Amino acid sequence: MTELQRQLLNRLQRGLPLVSDPWGELGRELNADPLALREQVSLWLEDGILTRFGPLFDVERIGGAFTLAAMAVPEERFEAVHQQLLELPEVAHNYRREHRLNMWFVLAVSDASTIEPTLAHIEAITGLRVFNFPKQREFHVQLYLPV
Amino acid sequence: MSSSTCPYNAELAARLVELTAAGLPLVAQPWAWLGEQLGISEAETLALLQAMQAQGALRRVAAVPNHYRLGYQHNGMTVWDIADSEVERIGAQLAALPNVSHCYQRPRHLPDWPYNVFAMLHATSREALDAQRAELQALLGSACRQSDMLVSSRILKKTGLRPSRASNRTPQGGSHAAS
Repeated sequence: MTELQRQLLNRLQRGLPLVSDPWGELGRELNADPLALREQVSLWLEDGILTRFGPLFDVERIGGAFTLAAMAVPEERFEAVHQQLLELPEVAHNYRREHRLNMWFVLAVSDASTIEPTLAHIEAITGLRVFNFPKQREFHVQLYLPV
Repeated sequence: MSSSTCPYNAELAARLVELTAAGLPLVAQPWAWLGEQLGISEAETLALLQAMQAQGALRRVAAVPNHYRLGYQHNGMTVWDIADSEVERIGAQLAALPNVSHCYQRPRHLPDWPYNVFAMLHATSREALDAQRAELQALLGSACRQSDMLVSSRILKKTGLRPSRASNRTPQGGSHAAS
């Protein structure tokens, strides 16, 4: 990664400036051609270095709801349960973690009142207890990975 | 929500969210492009974004890296058992550390789960991850009664955090209700 690429990636993780000519502003800041910067972002998206470029909303403030939940899935059923959750549109993220509670997933729904029924549905189709870990207080959310 | 900041048009905001679900087009004048779709001017679009940001509905317009591709292949969900009266102070301390990307208070499920503070760590090696956890432990000292770190070993699903409207699981629709 060149020094310019590194600077651009770090700068864009913190955000595009909300000014009338954001790419022009970024070009001046990084002493680079704004068009080249946009092309670089486009390449990163194609490459999969970036998973998204755009507005990041606090979905709870724009009418969505989330929760984190976990299950202790018996090893021999892990793949089958993984497939069951894969089919549910409400499951946005799912990670295997090394613990007795070995499946951790995030539900993302447009209406908070559907969280509980969705968790109940997952318990019903898997026959496993779902531990719900709704956020009670948030201290920080900004993933910044300097390169 | 604060009434001291400029309110924004909720319907326009909802359309903005829909419009940018797949991201912001990489055009020279992105606010003008958005404004055209929304039927408002470039300046009004920028004002909408700024108002949403002021009220916390928009965090930022930014790049989201695939952390695996940047070399951050190790993530650990550290979990801590902190006295309820200490959570506010400890949570703020953890959140201020550079390696902590997310920090939340969440409910305990006793006796299975005694932890009430979750802090996510990201590192480029397992050793670095363990060192970060040790730093947190040292910082918390006796404020933490017990802790654990759950490392992720596989991504099973990762889509954009976009609320699903596909759900037909209504609160009343109790046919699947599990106790």
